[in-house]
Amino acid sequence: MKRHRLHAMLAVSGLALAAFAATGSAQQPLPPLPKPDTPPPVAPILQNYKPVTADRLKQPEDSDWLMYRRTYDGWGYSPLSQITTENAAKLKPVWTLATGQIEGHQAPPIVNNGIMFVATPGNQLLAIDAKAGNLLWRFKRPIPEDMLLLHPTSRGVGLLGDKVYFAAADAVLVALDAKTGNEVWKTTVEDYNHGYYMSLAPLVADGKVIVGVSGGELGVRGFVAAFDAETGKPAWKTYTVPGPGEPGSETWPNGDQWKTGGGSVWITGNYDPDTKLAYWGTGNGGPWMGDQRPGDSLFTASTIAVDVNNGNIKGFFQYTPNESWDWDEVSPPILVDYQHNGKVIKGLVDVARNGYLWMLERSGDKINFVDGKPFVKQNVFTKLDPETGRPEIDPARKPATGKKADFCPSLWGGKDWPPVAYSPKSRLLYIPANENLCGTITGEPATYTPGQRYVGATSTLYIAPGADHIGELQAWNLDTGQKVWSHPFANSQLWGPMLATGGGVLFAGGTNDRFFRAFDASSGKTLWEFRTGSGVNGVPVSFQVDGKQYIAVQSGWGVDAARMQARLNLVRPWEYPDVPQGGSVWVFALD
Amino acid sequence: MVPTSAAAPEPLKPDDLPLDGRQTLAWPMDPETKTVRNGSRLNKVLLLRLDPEGFDPETKERAAEGVVGYSAICPHTGCDVTNWHPDRRLLECPCHYSMYDPKEEAKVVSGPSPRRLPALPLKIDNGKLVVAKAFIGRPGFQQM
Repeated sequence: MKRHRLHAMLAVSGLALAAFAATGSAQQPLPPLPKPDTPPPVAPILQNYKPVTADRLKQPEDSDWLMYRRTYDGWGYSPLSQITTENAAKLKPVWTLATGQIEGHQAPPIVNNGIMFVATPGNQLLAIDAKAGNLLWRFKRPIPEDMLLLHPTSRGVGLLGDKVYFAAADAVLVALDAKTGNEVWKTTVEDYNHGYYMSLAPLVADGKVIVGVSGGELGVRGFVAAFDAETGKPAWKTYTVPGPGEPGSETWPNGDQWKTGGGSVWITGNYDPDTKLAYWGTGNGGPWMGDQRPGDSLFTASTIAVDVNNGNIKGFFQYTPNESWDWDEVSPPILVDYQHNGKVIKGLVDVARNGYLWMLERSGDKINFVDGKPFVKQNVFTKLDPETGRPEIDPARKPATGKKADFCPSLWGGKDWPPVAYSPKSRLLYIPANENLCGTITGEPATYTPGQRYVGATSTLYIAPGADHIGELQAWNLDTGQKVWSHPFANSQLWGPMLATGGGVLFAGGTNDRFFRAFDASSGKTLWEFRTGSGVNGVPVSFQVDGKQYIAVQSGWGVDAARMQARLNLVRPWEYPDVPQGGSVWVFALD
Repeated sequence: MVPTSAAAPEPLKPDDLPLDGRQTLAWPMDPETKTVRNGSRLNKVLLLRLDPEGFDPETKERAAEGVVGYSAICPHTGCDVTNWHPDRRLLECPCHYSMYDPKEEAKVVSGPSPRRLPALPLKIDNGKLVVAKAFIGRPGFQQM
């Protein structure tokens, strides 16, 4: 009886196996694996990929956009001039491509000789035929499931030779073969378990790939680090918060606080090839409340001048000492010469989150203060020291542990991460500002747990009484220090990175109505607008292929633009539209 | 359930939680071995004691003496959901301001979160708060 049962079971098992085999044979057969050492197929258009040289990075062809702001000086200016104030109204979409991702699509489409590289949220990189819109390859790196990623975005790639450099969100720097999208090397920049992540486009300079780390809300100690562009070998690492004995350490008098002192680096530094100094913006200190970390907390909320040879900090300027308002100095100053009191200044101009426009001088290794004035409502600084630019602060406007303070601009500042643009033709600086937003912060004790939120503050946002707009595109004449025009947006904040072009046309999105717009650079008048599927947070670029000028940008609402929208909807319920997420690349041209 | 802030793990009772007050973050503890299950932060739970009057039927069924339990991990980008709006009795993530209604299965009220907080059904055993059933839904967040 027992034996019989066993046979029966075997018979059943046999049937099961047979059924499995039958299912297996019905499957679509897989192609054979490629033989080892066989080079992967390369799309025809990529077979003649034009290598990016150090000279091309210094002096790019008009048709290209090879780095975050196109040129090392950070201008965000393309000399291309076929699209003019006269014909911009006739712009039409040429192609669009879904990225398959949600969240904030902030990266510029980087274009080298007709090949476009687009970084998106989700650790994704797309290589695209810039003229036709064909997807050539796609790189995707999994983001660890347990990673706390406060800013799920990427701000683009760097190029050199035939490599594409991508600062992956999980704090890993990856070099890809531009022709295939295959990894050439990768190196861990820091441990994401300790709150480090990356969101910036790498700076490629002096044969190195240079990145900075995010994580200021997670108790990191910020730094800028360089790697050999060919091999990925570490070259140097410079902390934005000094350790004991290092210059600036006297501004961290309390024990080990420097170890978790913040100072994130959110955005690609600008670079002066003559002095080999790269200028980086640094984030606020951690935790947020300055009374918990007495001292100026150098080099947080600053610009630092870093020698790309060895990483030494040669100069700095701190915008907000003992910062307590979440005013990261999120973007670096642009390098531009301007007139001041009849003298030409070799300048640095920074549009700071603290609501001031800072006119500085780069003099040898030093950064000198020249002038500073508010570009939005600012009620925290009572005055600036005329020599040093150090602000005097109204103590009633400064939050602290157990103390609520009310202040303008809000914690997102007069301008957050979206970059300004400067046109050498108009000699105007274009600022995507947010006016009339104020807020409160209440400080509370903060406890450090590795990789966890380390802030110690709650905040609110409000709209200044009597305000008739929030978003405000501004144009400033740097030689006179005066605002020339402004374009208000009544019902939207403005989170639109700026593009200036040789045709006298500006481009920006950034509003909650999903429009991407062209403006007259001399007057701010809207020349053209086009409604995309989501809000446009991307950095717009211009490029040329086969003699024709194109404009490209990513649409895809998210991160802080969406976060501010959530707050605005609490202030004025139902007045701000739901902005759907979902990314796409758009390319526009004249017929 | 034991509070995450406690030095010595002492199982929570409903009365340990303030009525209509801010959430308490807690780890599950094995009642036999006393092992605190804090090896993964995805195990972190938030507990709230509320007047059950406004609960929807599902929440009422999962609550124990007015105490509701949810995953403390925001499904958006994974922050701990630590803010509390006492006026409207809503939970808020401090990172990107997603708001959840703990009276209605922690549904998303506003903000970028793609889904509600997974609920953790609770019961009372010997006066202590105990897990009644597995999480309704998957704790954690989507990294695309």
